[in-house]
Amino acid sequence: MHLILFLLFAGLCLAGAINLLLQSHPINSALSLIVVMTSLAVLYLLLGAEFLAAAQVIVYAGAVMVLFTFVIMLLNAGREERTLGSRAARTVGFPAVVVILAILATVILHIQGLGAATMQDGITSTEDLSTILFTKLLLPFEVTSVLILIAILGAVALARRGDGDTERLAGK
Amino acid sequence: MNLLYFFIWSLLKVIVVTVVMLLGVAYTVLLERKLVGRIQNRWGPSRVGPFGLLQPLVDGAKSFLKEDIIPTAVYKPLYLLAPMIALGCALISIAVVPFGDPGIAVSGFRLFQISDVNIGLLVILGITSIGVYGVALAGWSSNNKYSLLGSLRSSAQLVSYELALGLSLVGVVLRAGSLNLRVIVESQASKGLLTWNIFGGLQIFAFFIYLMAAYAETNRSPFDLPEAESELTAGYHTEYSSMKFAMFFMAEYANMITVGCVATMLFLGGWTSPLGNILPTPQNIVLRSLLPIFWFVLKVFSFLFLYVWVRGTLPRFRYDQLMNFGWRYLLPLAILNIVGTSLWLAYK
Amino acid sequence: MNPAPLQLAAHGIPLAWYLLLSAALFSLGVIGFLIKRNVITVFMSIELMLNAVNLTFVTFAHQWHAVKGQIFVFFVMMVAAAEAAVGLAIIIAIFRARATLAVDRIDLMKL
Repeated sequence: MHLILFLLFAGLCLAGAINLLLQSHPINSALSLIVVMTSLAVLYLLLGAEFLAAAQVIVYAGAVMVLFTFVIMLLNAGREERTLGSRAARTVGFPAVVVILAILATVILHIQGLGAATMQDGITSTEDLSTILFTKLLLPFEVTSVLILIAILGAVALARRGDGDTERLAGK
Repeated sequence: MNLLYFFIWSLLKVIVVTVVMLLGVAYTVLLERKLVGRIQNRWGPSRVGPFGLLQPLVDGAKSFLKEDIIPTAVYKPLYLLAPMIALGCALISIAVVPFGDPGIAVSGFRLFQISDVNIGLLVILGITSIGVYGVALAGWSSNNKYSLLGSLRSSAQLVSYELALGLSLVGVVLRAGSLNLRVIVESQASKGLLTWNIFGGLQIFAFFIYLMAAYAETNRSPFDLPEAESELTAGYHTEYSSMKFAMFFMAEYANMITVGCVATMLFLGGWTSPLGNILPTPQNIVLRSLLPIFWFVLKVFSFLFLYVWVRGTLPRFRYDQLMNFGWRYLLPLAILNIVGTSLWLAYK
Repeated sequence: MNPAPLQLAAHGIPLAWYLLLSAALFSLGVIGFLIKRNVITVFMSIELMLNAVNLTFVTFAHQWHAVKGQIFVFFVMMVAAAEAAVGLAIIIAIFRARATLAVDRIDLMKL
């Protein structure tokens, strides 16, 4: 059961990620990224992180990616022109990626004592998560909220600047 | 073979619930047409069957038989995908709703809830937030300015009101101490009407914030800007015809029913009786399983009635008014409600 | 059915598989970052890399039965949401100024 679910959604993840690279239209890339994110949510669920699975769907697939598609639709972004990047990316980038992937794979396969995930594993409840979040990690949590506030202000300021019409409308 | 039983039972429940849900959608349409007719001093559909009761079936047959036109300029894959996303997301979220007494089970399988999830409320919110893509992609792929405007409006509106919607539910979650819908319902069960979250839980402000945000979430009047027929022809589904249009239509009404179910479970005590323990629990097993369903359906029905009533009464907002209202009033009020509820709970 | 999958079904999925998946996703994100020419898609590749790292965190949280790994993912999500808001605002500002989204064309420090 776990095996089937893992293979199915890991496959979906990889297919989505590859499709993101192959598609030339940004909205298709955005949709494949949504597929990747929702499948990752299922994998989180398989690893017993149920709150994170829900947060992944709500925050990533439901809010961040909606923002992306909204911007793509708003700017009416067309097909991208393929120039295959700079020479540096081709000569150094791709070999580096392959090397990094190879190193990561060998290291992961050589780790001793890595456990396994089964369907019978316990699920981390939302209570456990929030208990630690609101006791031991309260300060980082509050700092994050300040960060988000700054991000909102920054986004509003950036999106408004340099356009007289919106400035005037907002002032009215 | 435990797994096999599980699959058979789940499949059976899914089929039954989907059929009931689709029938509910069909008759919600009839309810709306009848009620709006009465509000506007006319009869509404009355020719097909007694009191026009067969009208939904005829409507369904009609949309099946209509010619399915795909305009040449649309972006086809997304144009075809969009109604499926809309309807799929609208139907899936009913899976975590307990619509009857969960104590009634046959050999360990609950009859009146497809799956009992610890994070049921978050599941519903997540699926609703995925549903945005149906509307957004429909408008974008139609290659039509009215559709695009409709879907841009819709995605901005949904993202904005989702905040107020989510925050208005936090008070209820704080009171119940769980995200599990069954536990939330059971936490309101003890004294009937008096312990419902809307009255005894003092979540009446949260209820009204939820109500308004939910109207905006489901693109219903007075917030039906994405499909405002006087300015955008039909908004995001202008280019859709036949069954694909019907899928959007059904998705909208299925979303209304889901919203009604959530309101019922979170604020109105779910499947529990409003009379609490005044009425003795019937000993008859059939009665004991049907009575909760009766209360649940009654509550959802009155919520849908309210929907139609509001639609028949209020004029449509302007778009800037809608955004102002959501960000300047609903969101701060929802946050105040959370602060108030948590202070009260801490004091208790 | 050959015995290997049966054994896997009984003992569960090795966590190494999850880590490998995450490494593959991360590499795909890096490649996307290198070959994509549209600012929005480049930005999406960054999100893909963040997601890949999140999967690693959840896997290790499962391995050590520690909640803190999951909380880290929670923080990453929050930061990613903030980052997306600001980043997309910057993209809109760039598009207003230069009327293009191709990264090759956005090569001046100022207008």
